[in-house]
Amino acid sequence: MTTMPTQLAVETEEKGSPFSGGGPSSARRVIRTMRKSPAVLFSAGFIALITIMAIAAPLLTHLSGWGPYEYDPSAVNADLGGIPNGPLGGIGPTHWFGVEPQSGRDIFARIAFGAQVSLLISVSATLLTTFIGVVLGTLAGFYGGWVDQVISRLMDFLMAFPSLIFMIALLSALPAGNRPFLLVVVLSVFGWPYMARVVRGQTMSLKNREFVEAAYASGASRVRIVFREVLPNLTGTIIVMATLSVPGYIGTEAGLSFLGVGVTPPTASWGQMIASAVPWYATDPMYFFVPGLFLFLTVLSFTVFGDHLSKAIDTGEAR
Amino acid sequence: MPGYILRRLLGVAVILFLVSFLTFCIFFLLSPDPAVMICGKTCNPARIDQIREQLGVNQPFLAQFWQFLSGIFAGRTYGEGAAAIHCAAPCLGFSFQTNQSVVDMITARLPVSVTVAVGAAVLWLLIGISAGLVSAIKAGTWWDKGAMMFALGGISLPNYFIALVLQYVLVVQLQVLPFPSTPDFGEDPLFWFQSYIMPWTVLAFGYASMYARLTRANVLDTLGENFMRTARAKGLPSLLVLRRHALRPSLTPIVTLFGMDFAGLLGGALITETVFGLNGVGKLAADSIGKNDQPVIMAVTLMAAFFVVVANVVVDLLYAVLDPRVRVKS
Repeated sequence: MTTMPTQLAVETEEKGSPFSGGGPSSARRVIRTMRKSPAVLFSAGFIALITIMAIAAPLLTHLSGWGPYEYDPSAVNADLGGIPNGPLGGIGPTHWFGVEPQSGRDIFARIAFGAQVSLLISVSATLLTTFIGVVLGTLAGFYGGWVDQVISRLMDFLMAFPSLIFMIALLSALPAGNRPFLLVVVLSVFGWPYMARVVRGQTMSLKNREFVEAAYASGASRVRIVFREVLPNLTGTIIVMATLSVPGYIGTEAGLSFLGVGVTPPTASWGQMIASAVPWYATDPMYFFVPGLFLFLTVLSFTVFGDHLSKAIDTGEAR
Repeated sequence: MPGYILRRLLGVAVILFLVSFLTFCIFFLLSPDPAVMICGKTCNPARIDQIREQLGVNQPFLAQFWQFLSGIFAGRTYGEGAAAIHCAAPCLGFSFQTNQSVVDMITARLPVSVTVAVGAAVLWLLIGISAGLVSAIKAGTWWDKGAMMFALGGISLPNYFIALVLQYVLVVQLQVLPFPSTPDFGEDPLFWFQSYIMPWTVLAFGYASMYARLTRANVLDTLGENFMRTARAKGLPSLLVLRRHALRPSLTPIVTLFGMDFAGLLGGALITETVFGLNGVGKLAADSIGKNDQPVIMAVTLMAAFFVVVANVVVDLLYAVLDPRVRVKS
């Protein structure tokens, strides 16, 4: 019987993966290259801003005077169906980003607490998928044989899977409970193979290099080889892939919350805020515009940062 | 080759079996009792038992799964005697909400989803690939930078956000487009086109951005290869070099991606259909999530999985046709 390589086998050959696994690059050189680009500075600045906003959300809402669950009936016009008073969705000195129609809840407070949810979920999912992906990817790449067979088949299965619709089905069936935790688990179950595939491919090519052979010859144990010879050579790739997966998880979380299977009210989430703004889009456009803009800028910043990081790490090395 | 195809088809059967098993597990183990849901407000224990009997949910797990599977291939009959309801061959049960056959509900809405998917796919292939090509050929110029900036925006903008902005600007403010609905092509072709143009654009924007970035990266990779230098050194005109030698290896990975993306859309563009109020499979799924209508969610999940898994195989086979290197390896 003829064996024909599948799509995966073709793509993992040399130039298949966009990330090269060269030697560990000097962090200082990468930072120096990155600092030259204004796009990187802007995106790093915005990420810092969002992070501060998320961490200091209780403090900020204390300053602004309105919590995320506080109703303000005086900010909306009950005679006009609950449309916010004043132009631009009620933006003003009391409510910095305006208020929700009908309830009059402060949008700034909900954005800040939404940032908390968004970052918490996406960063946790990234950490978890990176951990699982690196462990299983190195196992598969380093040991080969049946370990590789089992892990690779599992990856093929998960990646050939319509993950979004399945996540929706799974989340809609799961009982209420700790939604953010469930989201992290569900995102991670479908997310780790992307990291594992790249790590596996690079481990496979690294383990035949001379320096690994030299380490073997000098009597190093397998564990030592994995941690001292193979993994340090993968840090660049792992960092780039992890950075680039954050915006993906932010977007997916927002999408799931938009569809009503993610974070449940009253907890604020950007996707859910946009969903509740859909019936109001014609009369109060600021209601969807503010969370939408924050979502867009956050995803954009992480993507730009990751793109530049990937370039800096690639070119910073003697290939 | 025939052996390979046979093995892949067997793989499809296994994956689909696993998918249906997992989906069934999720709904069997995690969901609230369907009998209670159907029974509604005017309910008593005897009535619940009766519904359980009729649905067959009082049987053990594996028996139920077997009934579900055989229902898809051979149809099944709910209940016994006078109360028996027959559900013909591809049977995926009845909606808890409307009591309609789930398969009928999906087939009625499939044309809308196909229209959305096909229109968007045409747009995003045209725009994405040509933008990627231009960027790669004119790499480093303002053309390239502009296109890539646009593409960066496209992959970062959530499609429901673009959808709302477009609707607000074009429908509410400028009033150049009517409020979107789901019209028939035969009745009013212009209205039909006006209703679909926004969903197509919104869907295509994200995908086109992704494809432009990918095309650019692939073409740049190919342009740096040795055979490109050889072709140019032979004195071939640069357009011919591009068309004959660069395009094919750069576009094959895109074919793979396209197969998967398009198949995924056939299972319903949940968000886009919901925002624009298009009555497709995606909106059906989104609505069913809200009402916890398990048979419908399950059926849409299975259908989407079916499309994606089949597309995966078709694409792999096509890959062997398009990329001679894959054939040589065997």
